[in-house]
Amino acid sequence: MELPEIVTIKKVVKENRKARTFFFDMSKITKGASSGSSDQRKPAIFEHELRNSQSEFLVCWKALLSNTQEPLVLDKKIKPLAGQFVMVWLPGIDEKPFALSYDNAVTVERKGVFTKKMFELKKGDRIGVRGPYGNGFKLKNNALVVAGGLGIASLARLVERLKNPEIILGAKTKEELLFAKRFRKKKLHIATDDGSIGFKGFATELMQEILKKKRFRAVYTCGPEIMMKKIFELCEKKKIECYASLERYIKCGFGVCGACACGDQLVCKDGPVFNSKQLRKMEDFGSYSRPKDGKKVSLAYYAKWRSR
Amino acid sequence: MLSARICSISLENPLILASGILDTTGEMMAKVARHAGAITTKSISLKPREGHKNPTVIETNNYMLNAIGLSNPGIKEFINEIKIVRRTKKPVIGSIVGCSDEEFAGLARSIGNYVDAVEINVSCPNITGERIGQEIGKEPESVKKIVRKVKNSVHIPIIVKLTPNVNDIAEIAKAAENAGADAITAINTLGPGMAINIEARKPILANKFGGMSGPAIKPIAIADVYKIYESVKIPIIGTGGIVYGKDAIEMLMAGASAVGIGSAVYYRGHDAFGKIKNEMVQWMRKNKVNSVREIIGAAHK
Repeated sequence: MELPEIVTIKKVVKENRKARTFFFDMSKITKGASSGSSDQRKPAIFEHELRNSQSEFLVCWKALLSNTQEPLVLDKKIKPLAGQFVMVWLPGIDEKPFALSYDNAVTVERKGVFTKKMFELKKGDRIGVRGPYGNGFKLKNNALVVAGGLGIASLARLVERLKNPEIILGAKTKEELLFAKRFRKKKLHIATDDGSIGFKGFATELMQEILKKKRFRAVYTCGPEIMMKKIFELCEKKKIECYASLERYIKCGFGVCGACACGDQLVCKDGPVFNSKQLRKMEDFGSYSRPKDGKKVSLAYYAKWRSR
Repeated sequence: MLSARICSISLENPLILASGILDTTGEMMAKVARHAGAITTKSISLKPREGHKNPTVIETNNYMLNAIGLSNPGIKEFINEIKIVRRTKKPVIGSIVGCSDEEFAGLARSIGNYVDAVEINVSCPNITGERIGQEIGKEPESVKKIVRKVKNSVHIPIIVKLTPNVNDIAEIAKAAENAGADAITAINTLGPGMAINIEARKPILANKFGGMSGPAIKPIAIADVYKIYESVKIPIIGTGGIVYGKDAIEMLMAGASAVGIGSAVYYRGHDAFGKIKNEMVQWMRKNKVNSVREIIGAAHK
């Protein structure tokens, strides 16, 4: 079942002048959940469900395998993987992908029409959510996490699961820093473009400094794609495995429509996290993206189109 | 054993990637269709089309509803993707969509040098307020006019993709054949249908209505192909709800010469073609069927 489930917003947290986090009841949301209008019983076992159920979350699939007429039981202990995303639906407006910044929340920056509408939402309001989707991050020890701007939203749950990672938080200014408080007890490095707090300069420049002193087994990154490309190149030079979480215009979210394709990889299903081997072959990475009509355009054009 | 034929085009197997599935980039089409006999592109229009807002696709365990809205970058841009698909050496069917016979003919001429056949989409059910898709395909005379014009514009085979949402699909197929069509693809998505989220009290799709595909529509597709087979001599690409090898066999028996695969890419995963192909071979071996040709239209005998 790939249908939005209506959930109530439990809490809205103002993170900084541009970003807010919306908490909702995640226990209702999991693939396999059915919309109110359709039958909860399972007519057939399809392979994608069996495959998906190998991840941490999803349905109690013993019922599927035995093909009993049991209603689908949702496992309450389910936990989306770090790096997965959900599709948030504002009925009558639009539906957009957002990384889960907590197990049960998305963090949103005010940018275009949709996010402006989201900023009007209060505790008790209802939204539609479907997912979680995507592959998530593979966990490795001795890691460096590099986030640019809102990128930390998709890396946050990874940070919490990694063993003692070092983190670079990059932002334009002190006021736009995200989750600095949340990770204050971690090995946190801060870089701001204007130097209003921490290192003055880009996250990539700070990363270069840090790499001079320490060797890492893996680098995880999410943020503006130009930044991620630079980080990937640094990793290639230093022979460090790199994992980057990409953003593309997503329609279905479950791998049929092809809107989010980067060459022969789908961001919604094969990604959003890609490893060094995949990034090396990905011509579009750091250069091209595709708006709604599917035309190959520069990242700059895409970014402008995206924040309409 | 699996080799098949549509018009003058030889296929290594009868499975064809249907239009609208994973076809934004040439690389993605090539990857998902690596075990397919041929590849149909997304429906391309003269000018770029943004398509509908999200949600555009939803799925239950039996069916999908989609209202992508014919989004595509326009013919000029899309030729680049077709060039990439061509590297697979598999036959490529270029799907085109337009509002008038002149537009279809122009599209066919533009795409003609890059594809092995043209598929005329007069059956998309999720556009309103424009005379495009099934609004045209419901009228035998309009279909005839378009087919004739396209036929006079290119020298490659012309396939017409039909809507099931008519009183008599065989009549439309006959009209297409009389006008010079070389093959029929049947069926496009059903409906349109609608799903309402009862908590939100709103249709889920932004377009409200969407074409229905997936396992639930197979009986309609089988019946329509059966009817078309009785009324025309040109070959049929049977499409709609084919998920397993046995479904494909059933479609051939209904009268299809080749089988379109779309939603199965979700239900069976991105290696759906390999799986369905293997299941067909298994069934054919077990039932001592040596070639696809032996069973095409078998249900009519």
